[in-house]
Amino acid sequence: MTSLAERALDAAVRHATYLIFAAVLLWFGLQSPVFLMPESLANIVKQSSFIGIAAIGMTFVLLTGGIDLSVGSVMFLAALIAGMVMRALDLPVPAGMVVALLTGVVLGLINAFFIVVLRVIPFIVTLATLFLFRGFGIWLTSSTQFDFPPAMRAFGLSSILGVPLPIVVFAAFALMAHVVLAHTTFGRQVYAFGNDPEAARKSGVKIAWVQARVYVISSACAAVAGFVLIAQIGRLDAGFGEGREFDVIAAAVLGGASLMGGSGTALGAVMGATLIQTVKMGLVFTGVNLYLQPILQGAIIFLAVLADGLRNTRMRSRLRRTIRTVEPASGPAGRRI
Amino acid sequence: MTDILTLEGLTKDWFGVPAVSDLTLRVRQGACLGLIGQNGAGKSTLMNMIGGIVAPTAGRMLWRGQPYSPASAADAAAAGIAFIHQELNLFSNLSVAENLYIDGFPRRLGLIDWRRVHARTREILARLSLDVDPRLSVGNLSPGERQLVEIAKALHNEAQLLIFDEPTTSLTARETERLFDTIAALRAEGRTIVYISHILGDVRRLSDDIAVLRDGRLVDEGPVDAFPVTRMIRSMIGRDLGGLYPPRTAAPRPRPVLEVRGVTQPGVVEDVSLTLHEGEVLGLFGLMGSGRSELARILFGLDPHQGGQILLDGAPLPAGPRGRIRAGMAFVTENRRDEGLMMEASIADNLSLVSLREFGRRPVGLIDPQALSARTEAARTELAVKAGDIAVQPVKALSGGNQQKVVIGKWQMSAPRLFILDEPTRGVDVGAKYEIYALIDRLAAAGGAVLMISSELEELTGTADRILVMNRGEIVGGLDRAAFSDERILSMAFREDAA
Repeated sequence: MTSLAERALDAAVRHATYLIFAAVLLWFGLQSPVFLMPESLANIVKQSSFIGIAAIGMTFVLLTGGIDLSVGSVMFLAALIAGMVMRALDLPVPAGMVVALLTGVVLGLINAFFIVVLRVIPFIVTLATLFLFRGFGIWLTSSTQFDFPPAMRAFGLSSILGVPLPIVVFAAFALMAHVVLAHTTFGRQVYAFGNDPEAARKSGVKIAWVQARVYVISSACAAVAGFVLIAQIGRLDAGFGEGREFDVIAAAVLGGASLMGGSGTALGAVMGATLIQTVKMGLVFTGVNLYLQPILQGAIIFLAVLADGLRNTRMRSRLRRTIRTVEPASGPAGRRI
Repeated sequence: MTDILTLEGLTKDWFGVPAVSDLTLRVRQGACLGLIGQNGAGKSTLMNMIGGIVAPTAGRMLWRGQPYSPASAADAAAAGIAFIHQELNLFSNLSVAENLYIDGFPRRLGLIDWRRVHARTREILARLSLDVDPRLSVGNLSPGERQLVEIAKALHNEAQLLIFDEPTTSLTARETERLFDTIAALRAEGRTIVYISHILGDVRRLSDDIAVLRDGRLVDEGPVDAFPVTRMIRSMIGRDLGGLYPPRTAAPRPRPVLEVRGVTQPGVVEDVSLTLHEGEVLGLFGLMGSGRSELARILFGLDPHQGGQILLDGAPLPAGPRGRIRAGMAFVTENRRDEGLMMEASIADNLSLVSLREFGRRPVGLIDPQALSARTEAARTELAVKAGDIAVQPVKALSGGNQQKVVIGKWQMSAPRLFILDEPTRGVDVGAKYEIYALIDRLAAAGGAVLMISSELEELTGTADRILVMNRGEIVGGLDRAAFSDERILSMAFREDAA
């Protein structure tokens, strides 16, 4: 029984994030046409790059059915270590970004070691490293501010061919992640792992490798995200990135990643992060009470997760067998509700 | 004909207890070997040794004349041995082609060469006459199609020996026929088959040779022509069963327990009426997809119905399974693993689940552990569950037959009026089946009513007082025990114009 209305509802549920996005843009655009100008839209994308880059990495982890709570602390510690190395060795800023990336890789390896080798569940491991990584950074700085060289801000505010640097990095990471997930053996194995780790092992997938790599990727993405944002501010304080793991997870989930593993895309993470930022900016533009922001953000995440739940229930009911063809409503039997 | 796989004195001990001992067996190249044995006979351990999951304690294996000692599942696959298990190793979120290539895709410029992947997959699917798009997600396929995808995976890996372990459990009759055609085609290509199943008729039909395992030993083997079902059963259980079915000990009484009047749910069941009496075992037969299990779910309140009435002891029933359990219904589902048991929990916890509230002690309702353990221990003895400490041993460590006894036992503890048993002997070996039939007879003799659903006609004619036949969601006829005839029942079940 698929009437037009039902099929439309199906499609709506499947593309809930895009629909919400369009509705949000339309709504704010009607309220304040300036909102839809290219400058303000570019600004939204730029500001969502920070959460977005980390959400792309988080998507890899969520695809395997895991979680990485340490990303907020990685943002802080990787940017800090990069800054210290830059200052000590007098490195140029792009080299500093590579240091941040490598720091992220090392921190990710620490997570991966506990999760893959010692088989501790990801939630516990990354909860512990959330405190450990930040604690280490605070010990290094004695909780004082860390100032980057002036070249840092110049780098952060620069643009390539007229496109602001954060957007360039964001786009590059999104593209790379998309290609890796959709068009490499490793990427497809990430999906397989999330669907059924045991079956993946029996199918000859080196599951330890797959699982380890997703945590390294998540950390590396978080490190770069932290570095790119700091490059725009020029100064790092002890609270940097605190609590951001939840924004990152929310963005990934909003973009269609399932916490159960096995579904989600890199481009979805981009959508999710941009949507959250759009709402934030839109509220500023339309002059809505600042304190209403978290409530509205929560409402949007709730809507997206609700759509995910609906989608799953509908899929299940679709799978239920019907045995006989249903006669049109004119039949005398049945039809009483 | 040469041997493709030879096992010589193969032995596996688990902490000193032999699961397989001194087993010597030859698998002839290009033949089909039917391997049978009760649950716990050592079939799984044997398969795991061939598949590289467990290492033998002693003995050796020869694969095409060369020593073969796989260290992982990948080694077995590389050698050319594929397993098609009851639970398939497929990824429902990936496409058919991706499932075939998940251990390594062909690449072009560093990225997956999709054109080659899809072309090659299409080729393999065509050989199996499976007409699906390689890009279609496996989640959209039927169980039968998924099984063929698993076989396609084996062909993709150039498997020479395919081992089928209970492959037909979740297939419809038509899908099973198709699987058998595929197995015949695989043999025509010169591949070797090992076929493991509890459905002895299928094993006889497919195999050239039969091998019987009991208690980890090879107890009988021979060509299929010399292996009637009676010999198979005798070898499996080590004695004559003295009839496959226990005698019925009591006759049904006139008082109705369950009355179903004109129950209808569009697309599922149509105008179903039946009456089930005290002490009666009513068999419900139909092909897979005839609406048997769906009717059971409606009766138990798991699924809704739009028209008609369901009465228990003359009274209408509350909606939903909770109310119906309290009214005296019990439901043993066809899906024991997912719906019938908590696999990780202990036997005692599973047994006490339904009747837990009876053990609450006044005034606050804390569980009385002594009363509970005395009652579960009594139930275990009554059911003859073969287990160690029932408070510790998890249900998943039991054989299929013993698991099913636990499911029936947990309902029995609340002394229900009506038992609905959906495929109560699925995945249960011959010896344990007999015990379950005896248990069903006891339930009826104690004054309960039993609605028994099965796709094995023989077990219904062996145990039921009366059989109703379903076809496309309708009850198309019924026979009393005196009039049982396989031919008449099957002709009703297969009739195409029933709707």
